Amino acid sequence: MLIAAALGLLLVLALLAVMFGAFARTHSLVYAGCGIASLALLVGGLRHLGVVEASPSLVLPMGLPWLSAHLRLDNLSALFMVIVNVSGAAASLFAIGYNRHLPEPARVTPFFALFLFGMNAVLLADDAFVFLTSWEFMSLSSWALVISDHTKKENRNAATLYLVMAVFGTFCLLTCFGTMAGAGGDYTFAAMRARELGPLAMFLVVLLALFGAGSKAGLVPLHAWLPLAHPAAPSHVSALMSGVMTKVAMYALIRILLDLRMDVAWQWGEAIMVVGGITAVLGVLYAVLQDDLKTLLAYSTVENIGVALIGLGLAIAFKGSGETSLAALALVAALYHMINHSIFKSLLFLGAGAVQTASGERSLATLGGLLNRMPWTGAAVLVGAAAISALPPLNGFVSEWLIFQALFKGPALPHWAMKFGVPVVGAFLALAAALAAACFVRAYGIAFLGRPRSPQAAAAGEVDWSMRSAMVLLALLCVVLGAIPVTVTEALDGVVQPLTGVHFAVSADLGWPWLSPVSSTRGSYSGTVLVMVGLAMAALTVFVVHRLGTTRLRRSDAWDCGHREDIPQSQYTGQSFSQPLRRVFAATLFAAREEVEMPEPGDLGPARLKVRLIDPIWLGFYVSIMVVVDFIADRINILQFLTVRRYLLMMFGTLVILLLVVALRQQ
Amino acid sequence: MTMAMLWQVLHILLIVALAPLVTGWVRLVKSRLNGRCGPSPLQPYRDLFRLLQKESVVAHSASWVFRAAPYITFAAIWLAACAVPTFTLNMALVPAADLIAVVALLGLARFWTALAGMDVGTSFGGLGSSREMLIASLAEPAMLMVTFSLSLLSGSTSPARIMMFVLSGNIGLSVSLGLALVALIMVALAETGRIPIDNPATHLELTMVHEAMLLEYSGRHLAMMDMAAMVRLLLFLALIGGVFLPFGIGLPGGGPAQAAVGLAAFLARTFALASLMAVFETSIAKMRVFRYADFLGGALLLGLLATIFHYVSEAV
Repeated sequence: MLIAAALGLLLVLALLAVMFGAFARTHSLVYAGCGIASLALLVGGLRHLGVVEASPSLVLPMGLPWLSAHLRLDNLSALFMVIVNVSGAAASLFAIGYNRHLPEPARVTPFFALFLFGMNAVLLADDAFVFLTSWEFMSLSSWALVISDHTKKENRNAATLYLVMAVFGTFCLLTCFGTMAGAGGDYTFAAMRARELGPLAMFLVVLLALFGAGSKAGLVPLHAWLPLAHPAAPSHVSALMSGVMTKVAMYALIRILLDLRMDVAWQWGEAIMVVGGITAVLGVLYAVLQDDLKTLLAYSTVENIGVALIGLGLAIAFKGSGETSLAALALVAALYHMINHSIFKSLLFLGAGAVQTASGERSLATLGGLLNRMPWTGAAVLVGAAAISALPPLNGFVSEWLIFQALFKGPALPHWAMKFGVPVVGAFLALAAALAAACFVRAYGIAFLGRPRSPQAAAAGEVDWSMRSAMVLLALLCVVLGAIPVTVTEALDGVVQPLTGVHFAVSADLGWPWLSPVSSTRGSYSGTVLVMVGLAMAALTVFVVHRLGTTRLRRSDAWDCGHREDIPQSQYTGQSFSQPLRRVFAATLFAAREEVEMPEPGDLGPARLKVRLIDPIWLGFYVSIMVVVDFIADRINILQFLTVRRYLLMMFGTLVILLLVVALRQQ
Repeated sequence: MTMAMLWQVLHILLIVALAPLVTGWVRLVKSRLNGRCGPSPLQPYRDLFRLLQKESVVAHSASWVFRAAPYITFAAIWLAACAVPTFTLNMALVPAADLIAVVALLGLARFWTALAGMDVGTSFGGLGSSREMLIASLAEPAMLMVTFSLSLLSGSTSPARIMMFVLSGNIGLSVSLGLALVALIMVALAETGRIPIDNPATHLELTMVHEAMLLEYSGRHLAMMDMAAMVRLLLFLALIGGVFLPFGIGLPGGGPAQAAVGLAAFLARTFALASLMAVFETSIAKMRVFRYADFLGGALLLGLLATIFHYVSEAV
């Protein structure tokens, strides 16, 4: 009831935003309404998360003539509803102040409400028709948001590519559901669960699900649209697209691979795990080389989706081999990571939006020194950056720790492919985690620390209360979810139990604050204890140091080994910071080349460093597909200039061929 | 439980009390090997005390990150050291952090040090941070792969459990343990900023990594950063010594006598390892920055090989 009311409210708000879009006050009010609706949905999801058995369902008399709309809220949907609406509420809160800085808020507000509605509707769907309709709703409304700032050419290009990929993804999902429903055409999820599938149909279902949901989630090599489209939207929408819409895609993947099909083979798990590993490393390598703050964050989303996929792949592999308790561990790890990522990625995108509002810039080369000018934003983003770098005691570390624990148990499986695959994926995951830390030290250090690199950055001031409070709330969540890991995993138990058949048990002999999956001797972690002991030790240190020594402090010029220079351009930039990483990792992978243009002696022109990167996936995958499509289109083009006689001949030929097929089938 | 608490507190205090001595010892042995007389091993204590007495000079452009970083860095490393047993395995905080968490706590310290390096906005600070993150991007995965192979061998990621397993003696001559040892030593050299990766005694700015990040620090802040580096060195010595030569370490349920034996054994192996490190550092030269990738990539591959050899030896 609460949920239905909230969804209805979102639709009404979208309508209001269209009708009264000309008034500036409308937008803030609509966003406030969106925040309330999100909070209601959040409460609805949370309230359901505790209940293990009952899954309220609803059949509405609408939709296709032979299929009424089925809706259902089970634990998995409830969890993702919480994920969607935590960020949804924060983004709405942020937008109350942020929408005043947008060039055309009337192009954003209605679609924002519709986008929220679409994502929640996907989660509630219990048949393929409702699912795909809501999925398209979500895709198209977010497309409209990507193109809201339509005056920039790169935004229009990004939106076009996004539309192509979204259509491709929906096509794959449509075919996937069609294959699961079979010739009988019963598109309810309950009927799909009951059906037996042959090996070929099974193969198609998993592959199409990976393509369909994976293209939305940003799986390499289907990620190309993501770092273009996510940054093109206004920041509060980017936060939702990166933080939440990718999670809805992961929801689709979990729904299909672990719920609708309970019998996915372990080989698929291994394949997903390896793809996840590659996605994670490539995503973060792209991220660490970016200069645009929002593009960097979008690439980092690709990385985190890869990390979650490693957990999901492991869960499928364990489940397919009968190791259900380990499957529960891996799935809890993956879900925990998705919760975490939705929170800190939303936070970081909102932070990027605040930076853009305050300085008008989002290129690292022009920022610097923002922490002194924007203390609230700076502190909140610092928490987000530390959390996404998987540093204890924040939430990012807990999920990473759980994924490592699940990975380290991977060799327990009898298959040699797993025994050799798991260490390699483990190395990928470790590499991705370490590079993520490098990436966010770079992003935070360049943007928020040091001295301002441009007058705009020097003139930046703190943003208003709504934007500040949205970021601070999300930062607090990062801390809380890291400090009480056991409480979170207990809540996740209700979600994984129906999917894997067993409870996720935290080892009992250690008790509440100790997170020790598998067994108490296997290795354990306690964020709660670490926080308390760490704080005590830090306080003791400060006390002793101040007691033993002096507290005197003098402000002075920077020493810098005796160099005196006041030009901020002498600082490290994003480019120079990533240069060693670029040389080590990107020299072969992206064929990175550097060219230095030095002016002649006596010439006062500036020296220039040019860096050239080649994206192997864009070149090898997309460009070749485009060439093939162009080639075929050219050939088919002839068909448009035939005589009537030839068209009739072709029709006749088609008829003969079809009749032959029918005749052969009947024998 | 109360016993475990007591040992834990003693362990925490021992780490802090001993760390400067170990660093002083390494410096002394290195000086002797160089044919110099060298400072007393107690010199680091005097240096720290002197720094604490001095006022701290902070640049105008520095933010609160610069002032908080020394305390957070030190506390994170100290906390990590809490979970690595020295003289007894019977400690209260052992289940709070396993090796993965230790690696991550060291990562937390590095995160703050690197940010502090960039905070003032000088070119040297950025240079140090950038290089440090390059080193970390390879050393951290290598250490996690070592953890992976150790957990395959012993069935646990907790350092105390791994030590207990090695003590139990049913590993025989394990190739993967050997490879893990080599990889861990390589990681330790990189993480503690020793030759061939970094030179703790350098005064040439362009070759610095760790020191470059600390250039702007003075007074008590510098003391905390130096202390953090010393504790990190001791942590790695305790880890390598404890995992590969855990003999004599006190077991859960053991009394004070056993702890005393454990302490003697710990001191002996720590100083022996510190001397070995000094010999190693004296006998080789520092690497160029872009050779780090080969060295640490090698450590990562060794860690990976250690896990794969584990299956091979299992299958044979």
